[in-house]
Amino acid sequence: MATPAPRPRIRLDKKEAKKGDLVEVKALVAHIMESGQRKDKDGNVIPRKIINKFTCEVNGQLVFAADLEPAVSANPYLQFKFKAEETGKVVLTWIDDDGTKIVGEDTITVS
Amino acid sequence: AVAVLSLGGVGPAFAKNDSDELIKAFTGGKAPVKGKIKLDLPDIAENGNTVPLAFTVESPMTEASHVTDVLIVAEGNPRGGLATFHFSPRSGVAEAATRIRLAETQNVIAIAKMNDGSLFTDTRQVKVTIGGCGG
Amino acid sequence: GGSIRAFAQQRVTQADLLAFEPVGNVTLVHVTDIHAQLMPVYFREPTVNLGVGEAKGVPPHVTGKALLDAYKVPAGSPLAYALADVDFEALAKSYGRVGGLDRVATVIEAIRAARGDRVVLLDGGDTWQNSYTSLATKGQDMVDVMALLKPDAMTAHWEFTLGEERVKEIVDKLGFPFLCQNVRESEFQDEVFKASTMIERGGVKIAVIGQALPYTPIANPRWMIPNWTFGIREKELQAEVDKARAAGAGLVVLLSHNGFDVDRKLASRVKGIDVVLTAHTHDALPAPVKVGNTLLIASGSHGKFVSRLDLDVRDGAVRDYRYRLIPVLSDVITPHAGVAATIAQHRAPHEKMLGEVVGKTATTLYRRGNFNGTFDDVICDALLAERDAEIALSPGFRWGPTLLPGQNITREDVYNATAMTYPAAYRMSMTGGRLKEILEDVADNIFNPDPYLQQGGDMVRVGGLSYTIDVSKPIGGRIGDLALVRTGKPLAADKDYTVAGWASVNEGTEGPAIWDVVFDHLKKTPTVAPTGASTVKLSGA
Ligand SMILES: [Mn+2]
Ligand SMILES: [Mn+2]
Repeated sequence: MATPAPRPRIRLDKKEAKKGDLVEVKALVAHIMESGQRKDKDGNVIPRKIINKFTCEVNGQLVFAADLEPAVSANPYLQFKFKAEETGKVVLTWIDDDGTKIVGEDTITVS
Repeated sequence: AVAVLSLGGVGPAFAKNDSDELIKAFTGGKAPVKGKIKLDLPDIAENGNTVPLAFTVESPMTEASHVTDVLIVAEGNPRGGLATFHFSPRSGVAEAATRIRLAETQNVIAIAKMNDGSLFTDTRQVKVTIGGCGG
Repeated sequence: GGSIRAFAQQRVTQADLLAFEPVGNVTLVHVTDIHAQLMPVYFREPTVNLGVGEAKGVPPHVTGKALLDAYKVPAGSPLAYALADVDFEALAKSYGRVGGLDRVATVIEAIRAARGDRVVLLDGGDTWQNSYTSLATKGQDMVDVMALLKPDAMTAHWEFTLGEERVKEIVDKLGFPFLCQNVRESEFQDEVFKASTMIERGGVKIAVIGQALPYTPIANPRWMIPNWTFGIREKELQAEVDKARAAGAGLVVLLSHNGFDVDRKLASRVKGIDVVLTAHTHDALPAPVKVGNTLLIASGSHGKFVSRLDLDVRDGAVRDYRYRLIPVLSDVITPHAGVAATIAQHRAPHEKMLGEVVGKTATTLYRRGNFNGTFDDVICDALLAERDAEIALSPGFRWGPTLLPGQNITREDVYNATAMTYPAAYRMSMTGGRLKEILEDVADNIFNPDPYLQQGGDMVRVGGLSYTIDVSKPIGGRIGDLALVRTGKPLAADKDYTVAGWASVNEGTEGPAIWDVVFDHLKKTPTVAPTGASTVKLSGA
């Protein structure tokens, strides 16, 4: 990509949680999600370019993942929850067809 | 009042919709049971390019009993695949939401796979309309 | 006959229209779908208002004499004139115009004088658009005049066609809440407007929850509100009702712009709503419709009615109620001087232009009804002639006042039927197959038996085209026998036809404004006389 990797928007419904609480994550990243099914005006197929994988790790532990297909909307949006176990980093990763990784981070404090 | 439909992502159909094959690969040919998973989609898509989709699966999400994967397919798009979600007991709850492209009025199907291999399903129809003449 | 009508009118006074034996401790006053009509107008109610599924043949899908009979409304009475198309021309001559916000103001002031601090005034939306002055001032004329009426809250639909920026600008300075529980920011579903407000009246905590037209981005251009998303949002609404009850609400009111049938279904599914003030479908009913314990009120449109609902609310429940749909007969009700002055001020710069006569009609011009009204026929004729098209399509809007036989058509009259923010009269070619697809799609938007799948206005109006419609069939099977009126030849699915239309929801639609198309047409054929003969053959109703 010619342009720098877009900064994802991430929102946790709480910054502090008790152990065992559910934490809701909303995440969105700017991405065209080109389906590979469209043609340009000369009739040539526009090559597919999508985010095909998303993961969320909390302190290195995978808590949620998704494989995305071309029919997921542009600027893919994901909303999910995880169980708060300990204080730490929440790392979200979006993987593009070309291997590029977009990484976003937040933290959760667990008492 | 009349809109000419143009969906950015899911243009002309190149191939036959492959949702049956995707379901078969996910279930190993075993028939899922209606229930436990609930799909939430609007009755009418306000924009076929970005239709909100959410689901929840009833499960204690313990080591002994939890949801491992959820497959979502669309029957009326050029291709059936939408997304597959992966859960573990660390997820705490098996629910997620995303936004999808729907080329026309069609059924969306969700199938949840449990750690014991049992399968549950739900279907929702979404109407995709050309455009309105607002009163 | 005529003499009885004249006698009836002589006797009707403001006191008659406002007479009300009060009950209880709360009075809800509802106005809705004014469509920016500051001035008195004629407004003919529909002849055809079909219900499908569970709504078939039940109010508000009862019109004309059947409606009057169902509610035992005496023929020739002021309410009969206001509610039905029966004897419309004669009664219109006898009773005169309806509405005018200065008259509406008088009615509201009288109710407040009688009921003191028990009164809540609620505006159901479709208030800020669809006249020349509201278009020219981007809704400011309506905002200023409505402010004098001091509403306690409003919700919205056509307001959104002013675009996000303008809506926000107005709402910031509105002075009362603009309530839309079902409008959310697209990205993270954050609230855009307040969902509800708590008002204390007569010792009762009243929760008012606002519901905008759920399908605004389909019925109107989505590009005007790109960052907002709508929907019915039943679950969120139930949560809002529960929250209000938990906060001590003794009365829960849904100020809705869902449309009547959507509200009827919603009232059977969302628990704990006492009153739904309905809007959007422009129905006027002289009594509430009860769904379980929920009262549904239908207050008409164009300033023609003010609804008064007295409620006896005790221990968190409605013990008793009394309702009156008050017809606002402009010649009977004294204009409110202050409101009249503000209206005059807004109109002054345009008054001369608006009053210019551009034509004359030999027959009644109206729009309201499921299929073409005669005013639509005039618009379609203008599109066919001025845009040199074989087929004309005109939106099934429910707004637009009526003109009587023999009346001059002024510029204002044309604007009242066309003024909106996406008026381009396009010209394009469409195949016969595409035309059928469009008619099927629009038909499903009003005749789908599930009200939650009905999202628009009335059926798209056609010029130069005839077709059959069986409303009882599912999508794809309703529309048949499409033919060109001019030649009588059936449309070929793969042949191209030249189509002119207006109010496309697509961004960048090009063409002259529809009102200019109508003005140009009237210049050439100043006298119109549409007969109301339909090119649509209906079945399955
Ligand atoms: Mn309206
Ligand atoms: Mn409306």
